[in-house]
Amino acid sequence: MRSNVPSRGKRSIAVSVTLLCIAFAVIAISLNTGTIRLSPIAVLHTLLGNGSPDDQIVLFDYRLPRILITVLAGAGLGISGAALQGITRNPLADPGILGLHAGAALGLMVFVSLSYSMDGSIALLIPLFSFAGGVISALIIMLLAYDRHNGVSPIKLILVGIAVAAGFHALTMYLSLRLDEDTYSFAARWLAGSVWGRDWVHVQALLPWVAVCVPYIWSRSKTLDAFGLGDAAATGIGTPVRSQRIWLLLCTVALSAVSVSMAGGIGFIGLAAPHLARRLVGPMHRHLIPAAGLIGMVILVTADTIGRTIFQPNAIPAGIVVAAIGAPYFLYLLVRTK
Amino acid sequence: MFLSAIAILLISLFVSISLGAKSLTLETVWDAIFQYNPALTPHQIIHELRLPRVIAAAVVGAAFAVAGALMQGITRNPLADTGVLGINAGATFMVALSFAMWPGLSYAWLMGLSFAGAVLSTVFIFLLGSAAPGGLTSMRLTVAGAVIAAMLSSLSTGVAIYFDLSQDLAFWYAGGFGGIEWRHLRLIVPVLLTTLLLTMPLARRVSLMSLGEEVAMGLGINIRLTRLLALTAVVVLAGVSVSAVGSIGFVGLVIPHISRKLVGVHYRLIIPMSSLLGAILLVLADLGSRIVNPPEELAVGIMVAFVGVPFFLYLARKERRAL
Repeated sequence: MRSNVPSRGKRSIAVSVTLLCIAFAVIAISLNTGTIRLSPIAVLHTLLGNGSPDDQIVLFDYRLPRILITVLAGAGLGISGAALQGITRNPLADPGILGLHAGAALGLMVFVSLSYSMDGSIALLIPLFSFAGGVISALIIMLLAYDRHNGVSPIKLILVGIAVAAGFHALTMYLSLRLDEDTYSFAARWLAGSVWGRDWVHVQALLPWVAVCVPYIWSRSKTLDAFGLGDAAATGIGTPVRSQRIWLLLCTVALSAVSVSMAGGIGFIGLAAPHLARRLVGPMHRHLIPAAGLIGMVILVTADTIGRTIFQPNAIPAGIVVAAIGAPYFLYLLVRTK
Repeated sequence: MFLSAIAILLISLFVSISLGAKSLTLETVWDAIFQYNPALTPHQIIHELRLPRVIAAAVVGAAFAVAGALMQGITRNPLADTGVLGINAGATFMVALSFAMWPGLSYAWLMGLSFAGAVLSTVFIFLLGSAAPGGLTSMRLTVAGAVIAAMLSSLSTGVAIYFDLSQDLAFWYAGGFGGIEWRHLRLIVPVLLTTLLLTMPLARRVSLMSLGEEVAMGLGINIRLTRLLALTAVVVLAGVSVSAVGSIGFVGLVIPHISRKLVGVHYRLIIPMSSLLGAILLVLADLGSRIVNPPEELAVGIMVAFVGVPFFLYLARKERRAL
């Protein structure tokens, strides 16, 4: 066991470096593709400040903010999924399936209904709205799934989550049918995971949340490992289970909600990324969380690139591409696990 | 109990026909139904607009409620519902596809395709559930259903976005009886009523299934056959209803629970009671959607969700041990 730990550490570093390379490759491909193609050299030149004015506009005003959003949100979704699976001790937990995305989406729709604008500095408020929605749905789910005798059982959590998600969807639909047609189709695309039209202000809105939540969750890797032992054992080895769980949960909800607010309700990344990561680096959260984040990033950037290049002229939002690939993977997991 | 339910249904039918954007006296309603005179405008409103939608609401409400009751019985999952389990999503996906590929398809074809979508998603969910080691558990079924529902509704959104029919589909999906005409009724009513009647003989088997598979097997029930028959009924009821009015959730979830409270655990009583209560719920929800903010209409699916969600939360809290 002892000899196993350093080798696992090395392995996890190797995996992370490989994933990082893949992520860079995917981001590079994504930067190149689009209605206006930029060659890798042109991208490099432009990034260094020597590009033609046209290239600069395409890259800095359109493509870069959009890709940064998918990078941050993909990592956010992957990490929040890993943390949620750790907190709930449920390998099938996913912020989307548990209904957190539905809450975040409702928050977003409330924002759209109130303001009719998602650009400019007001966009900085979007994450707050979806965070509030996410917290409300998390509270409702926890409250309903909690049992005085057995705590929160994984099965009940999923069943209640599914139902709460249905309720929140109905509310979202109620608000969305009252919008005029243009705003509606804009909001529908946004919710389905289209990152078209993201601006630097949206990057600004998302970045601080990710910058706070991700390091916090990572710094609590040991606690997440301890949760896996069960509450009694975790308390026994000195983990303040209750308070830690609340903080971690809050951070997880925040991370998934703000990712949804900026990239749309993209399911299955929170489920698939931690699973793939666990296969690659094992169950220790110290290794698992960075790997899950990188995998989430790769999935979302790839899905966005596929959605906007293959399906022309009407780009398919990344969330739909992810669902079309992710749902079969989830079902495969469901069939495999006892 | 049944008599009062029937009475309430009849009253709600009459009230629903007489109230609306244009209020009509009960006397006119009575005349329009039993001594129809095409020359009178009020009679025409009732005959061409109100009557079809009210009948549709009643029949579809009964269908969704009974489909939910059957699902809950055979899966032993108190939260089962054709919406939650992805059956409505399968039907919706096919409707979205046909909106995109063959606009202007006749209603009979739309109904058939929607039914086919429901069949496909159901077969898929059950195959998946059964392929797993340990077989088909109620938990696995629910989760597989939710995932299929998520995937299919996401694909429907994709189709809608790709073909630029977002809000058309959203309105249809949210449910509504506004577009129902007599020619639709001639198709859906016979199919749904026949299926509803055919579920009655299944009731005893479903009751035993709801006690658990071991018990049912011990009492000589063919579990596979029962499940197959019940599922066929569910798929017909849900597929046809969704094609007519969109995906209306919560009816199938809430109504069987209320029925169980009122008439006990026997499906021989639960199924007829569910069909009556489901009809009442949707007739009233349709009425509500028309009179909340006339002349605009609120989608019925949303109206039902406003009632269904709080009730569901109450249920999940109260019957926690049953989950």
